[in-house]
Amino acid sequence: MSGVTIRAVTKRYGDNAPVLTGIDLAIQDREFMVLVGPSGCGKSTLLRMIAGLEEITSGTISIGDRVVNDVPPKDRDIAMVFQSYALYPHMSVRENLEFGMKLRKTPRAEMDRLVAEAARILGIEEYLARRPKELSGGQRQRVALGRAIVRKPAVFLFDEPLSNLDAKLRVQMRAEIKKLQHRLQVTSVYVTHDQVEAMTMGHRIAIMHQGKLQQVGTPLEVYERPSNLFVANFIGTPPMNFVRATVGDGGTSLQARGFVLPAPAACREALAARAGKIVVAGIRPENVVDASRSTRGATAPLELVADLVETLGDEVVVHGRQGEDEIAFKMDPHNPPELGARVPVQLEIDRLHLFDAETEQRIND
Amino acid sequence: MARSRRDQELPHAPLHVFLGLATLVTVYPVLWVVSIAFSGRQTLAIADVPSDPTFLQRLRAVVPWPQQWSTANFTSVMTDQPFGRWVLNSVVVAIFTTLLGIFLSCTAAYAFSRFKFPGRRAGMMSFLISQMFPGVLTLIPLYIIMVQVLGLGNSRLGMIIVYAATSIPFSVWMLKGYFDTIPKELEEAAIIEGASAGTIFWRIVLPLAKPAVAITALFSFMTSWNEFILAATFMDKEDMYTAPVGLRFFVGGFSQQWGYFAAGSIIVSIPVVVLFLYLQKYLVSGLTAGSVKG
Repeated sequence: MSGVTIRAVTKRYGDNAPVLTGIDLAIQDREFMVLVGPSGCGKSTLLRMIAGLEEITSGTISIGDRVVNDVPPKDRDIAMVFQSYALYPHMSVRENLEFGMKLRKTPRAEMDRLVAEAARILGIEEYLARRPKELSGGQRQRVALGRAIVRKPAVFLFDEPLSNLDAKLRVQMRAEIKKLQHRLQVTSVYVTHDQVEAMTMGHRIAIMHQGKLQQVGTPLEVYERPSNLFVANFIGTPPMNFVRATVGDGGTSLQARGFVLPAPAACREALAARAGKIVVAGIRPENVVDASRSTRGATAPLELVADLVETLGDEVVVHGRQGEDEIAFKMDPHNPPELGARVPVQLEIDRLHLFDAETEQRIND
Repeated sequence: MARSRRDQELPHAPLHVFLGLATLVTVYPVLWVVSIAFSGRQTLAIADVPSDPTFLQRLRAVVPWPQQWSTANFTSVMTDQPFGRWVLNSVVVAIFTTLLGIFLSCTAAYAFSRFKFPGRRAGMMSFLISQMFPGVLTLIPLYIIMVQVLGLGNSRLGMIIVYAATSIPFSVWMLKGYFDTIPKELEEAAIIEGASAGTIFWRIVLPLAKPAVAITALFSFMTSWNEFILAATFMDKEDMYTAPVGLRFFVGGFSQQWGYFAAGSIIVSIPVVVLFLYLQKYLVSGLTAGSVKG
């Protein structure tokens, strides 16, 4: 078993702008690390570099204690699951599972044992004689997982393995992969663009944007303490509300366009240095509380005009407006406000996330 | 139900009549050849027409049905004439042309499809341009190279090389197009599992390209099987004739053995028909369906 260490890794194609710059990431042994980011952020490229399918322009990637920059993929002791499954269509499920083992000249008895074991874990025993095209999407993905399992690798690499499945199956397979990883205790790197997948599956998640690592942390860390505006915006549904405000009164108040908020006590010091400057204040929808719910800590009252009401069943998401600022919040589903109605809410001030408007970095800690 | 079907079919009636007639026009010459082949005679006419024919006698003369059935033309074209040897020449040349052509085209097309190397675009373009000129244009240079320089006139090997070389550009384009559609992830999955480039080519890509390989092989086979001009130029010894040259021998110059010609034509067309029927499934199948996505 071994972790993956990525040091100062850069990737560029020819003379073009780099796709990845200065990536440093230490993935622990047996950790489930999720690389998440919008398309084009370089997460798949990074995964393919770990796999050895892309060359590393500069920096090093190590698996265990060994630098693998110049090690061919087959000797890196990895297994990869592709978005498109990449099952060999002319081979039966069994042949698909055996292909790699045959190449490594695994003895027949060992091969049968491993295939049987993988098939049992994944519940694909009945399909071993079938061709991939005779299987459903979920079954194909299981076979692809099986092909990775029989390899007994040091590291699993997943490249958006659930993106081709329908929503319901995706939720189900998400849980299965997570359980599988827990059971096998194999270091895993999982690439996805879906932040819900990232939050639910990863021990830690690494958020990437424009070829740079934005933040690495446990799901709760990145949710509660996003290190910059991008992460704050990317993680969480409905997304965090943002209000541009000027720091006033020596750091004790935040003057937005149509209203004034008291600054959270914990970051008045940091704000004092920014008096008169513009900051971005972010607040998650669950920290904007309507009168019917109880609040935590210091609050500030605000009146919002309901623009749009989305019913989710257990709650409704109300998109409110205050002047030019839009603030979404959650309410009890049984008493949704009329469109255009004025709704009094309380903002939980201690839950404000403050970001520098220029650098987009987090101010409060 | 029956009524509505009838209503649907009615507007198609003129179309069916037209298609029937078109089929008749297409098949008629073939039927004529079949009639001559089985007539046991050497004339081009199906029936004897007296000097002052009635309408029915005239009509009889154009109905492709021999006056009496006989397989004499078939037996004697294979025994009295050296036609069997000519067919054998054709078989040897066509099979080896196909094998050589397909092997070179597959490997070349795979390289063009997957690897980046200097001259890749130029190579594909030159293949394309070579297809824009009529084949006869190469007759004289090929003759000089193959017969005068290499001394491969009257040789099956010479014909195999020439045919394979002329079929390769088309085959490479066909196969490259197909290789391009085979998902790269399949190869990447194999790389990670430890497959070498050779293993990937032989065990993943080629089996998946079966439909394209089959069609290209059929094309290769038919080109050399049917080819006449090059063969007639290169093979001037009677026992080295290929079947198409041999057929011409029956009706050219001083002989008018239409019966042998017709019987020979039918024998020559049988392998092509059989091949077509056998490879038909590949003309419509997409073997890669199911490998990717749901």
